[in-house]
Amino acid sequence: MAENVNMENGRREIIRLENITRDFHVGEEVVHALRGVSFTIYEGEFVTIMGTSGSGKSTLLNTLGCLDTPTKGEYYLDGVSVRTMGKNARATLRNRKIGFVFQNYNLLPKTTAVENVELPLMYNPSYSAAARRQKATEALIAVGLGDRLNHKSNQMSGGQMQRVAIARALVNDPAVILADEATGNLDTRTSFEILVLFQRLHTEGRTIIFVTHNPEIAEYSSRNIRLRDGRVISDTHNDMILSAQEALAALPKSED
Amino acid sequence: MNAANLLKIALRALANNKMRGFLTMLGIIIGVGSVITMLAIGQGSKRSIQSQISEMGSNVITIQPGGDTRGGVRLSASEMENLKLQDYYDIRDQTRYVSYVSPTVNTSGQVVYGANNRPTTVYGVNDDYMEIRRYSVDDGSVFTAQDITTAAKVCVIGQTVADDLFPNGDNPVGKVIRFNKIPFRIVGVLKSKGYNSMGMDQDDLILAPYTTIQKRLLAITHLQGITCSAIDEKYTQEAIEEISEILRTNHKLRPTDDDDFRIRSTQELSEMLTSTSDMMTILLAAVAGISLLVGGIGIMNIMYVSVTERTREIGLRMSIGAKGIDILAQFLIESILISITGGIIGVLLGVGAAVLVNVIVHFPIYIQPWSVILSFAVCTFTGVFFGWYPAKKAAQLDPIDAIRYE
Repeated sequence: MAENVNMENGRREIIRLENITRDFHVGEEVVHALRGVSFTIYEGEFVTIMGTSGSGKSTLLNTLGCLDTPTKGEYYLDGVSVRTMGKNARATLRNRKIGFVFQNYNLLPKTTAVENVELPLMYNPSYSAAARRQKATEALIAVGLGDRLNHKSNQMSGGQMQRVAIARALVNDPAVILADEATGNLDTRTSFEILVLFQRLHTEGRTIIFVTHNPEIAEYSSRNIRLRDGRVISDTHNDMILSAQEALAALPKSED
Repeated sequence: MNAANLLKIALRALANNKMRGFLTMLGIIIGVGSVITMLAIGQGSKRSIQSQISEMGSNVITIQPGGDTRGGVRLSASEMENLKLQDYYDIRDQTRYVSYVSPTVNTSGQVVYGANNRPTTVYGVNDDYMEIRRYSVDDGSVFTAQDITTAAKVCVIGQTVADDLFPNGDNPVGKVIRFNKIPFRIVGVLKSKGYNSMGMDQDDLILAPYTTIQKRLLAITHLQGITCSAIDEKYTQEAIEEISEILRTNHKLRPTDDDDFRIRSTQELSEMLTSTSDMMTILLAAVAGISLLVGGIGIMNIMYVSVTERTREIGLRMSIGAKGIDILAQFLIESILISITGGIIGVLLGVGAAVLVNVIVHFPIYIQPWSVILSFAVCTFTGVFFGWYPAKKAAQLDPIDAIRYE
């Protein structure tokens, strides 16, 4: 694939959407899930994408994650045009460029943390077994689970499982981390712990897209895109990013 | 994804559902095991029949008088007197495909030695008979051509007769026994042949010159039968045709007349018996094959369940970069693993069961290497065939739907 990386003001373009539309045919009707979405996300941004259900945010997430292709418009991921790619090429692209974090973690059951994190590298033939183990261990240490490498997924709490999932998203050094309601299943304290982790990854220079319907989270990100009825209704930069660490400290201590 | 990783994943998936995997495997185990056992039993009985027949002489041809009609009355074979010594001479002298010929006459009665006696049959034959029926003498010798010419009262006795008449282990050779009041001097004892495939004791007999039996016991001049052997098993048919021609000429039969004799060969008998056991083998194998099919359907069923159950896992794997072919291979390897493991256990169990049948019920078995290879190949094929559709279904899932599957 020909890389065609655009730079602007010395910043690298990670995602560029050009007038994306996505239509679904449901019986006789045509549903317009996305009606011309355009934006560009640069390296190192922490973007929240918000919208109510039916706003098209799931479709947008699927498109950004190369799980779906747009009906019209161009999508460049790290300089590569995705629209005309076949299924297998997109699978490889996801493997190399994207790290997914899901609401319900999606860890393999009865499998250890380190094996879960290794999973994306299993689909990349350039990694040896030893290199996989090495990378996975590093990723788990980076999310603060260095002492739980061999815990199985059913022996961990929700927060720990989500950390494993984040480590799995980091292990392939992706161009962008796509989080889909990543704190949706967690209690307030754990949600903030995960947000702290995301903010730390942001300061380390990672590009993060966080799809959520929770407006609070936008205050901890650097940029907020809001969708309604398949269109972008606002795209604002946040100059006053709140610290999740401080919010966590301000929470009343849990009883146990 | 490379083969080692795929194998690891499949092993993990099976280890996570041990009971289910085992039960699915059981279908294959039973299927393969029964195919092997049934084929071993079928082949075993076929081989034992073949070997017993060849012990009896696989190229033996027997001629008996056939039914005939005299003045509208159909006569039974035993009443017929149409096999003559001349027929024997002509068969002996004029055939190319017959190697040994012996006339046969026989009669049953009580044989007595001292205080011991037993009922048996005495066969009047010539010395060719030993070659035809593959008898050999253990002790002493066979009666001579001279004995036949002079209708000497000599005989060779079977082991069963010897055991009954000489329970103390005395050497029977040289002793004189009485059969229907006629004294016979024993010149030899036959080497034991045991029971044949029809359950007949082949050692319960006395052989004597046919002339002696004809003149001194039966007072007849005709023959009750002629026994001969073809030069080779594969020339049996030619020999039968030759004999048939000679007999029809000697008996002055017109081309429209039925034969007044019957010719049978052990080859016919062998073919009949082995075709019966072949049929049995096919039936047994078919039943066993059906159980293998049922086992395969079991695999398919469980693989469908497995795919449905792991839809989210499939969605996850796809979203982190698994291609359709990776998913297909993952599930296919899982089903092949089930069937191959089941196949191996099935082969061991099948061989074990066959050996057990042999040891416990003394049924002859023979395990043909091809039956092991075949059933193993079939069950691997079963794994691929029945695993294919569920695996294909898994590979065609849309990751978007799969990842959010509840």
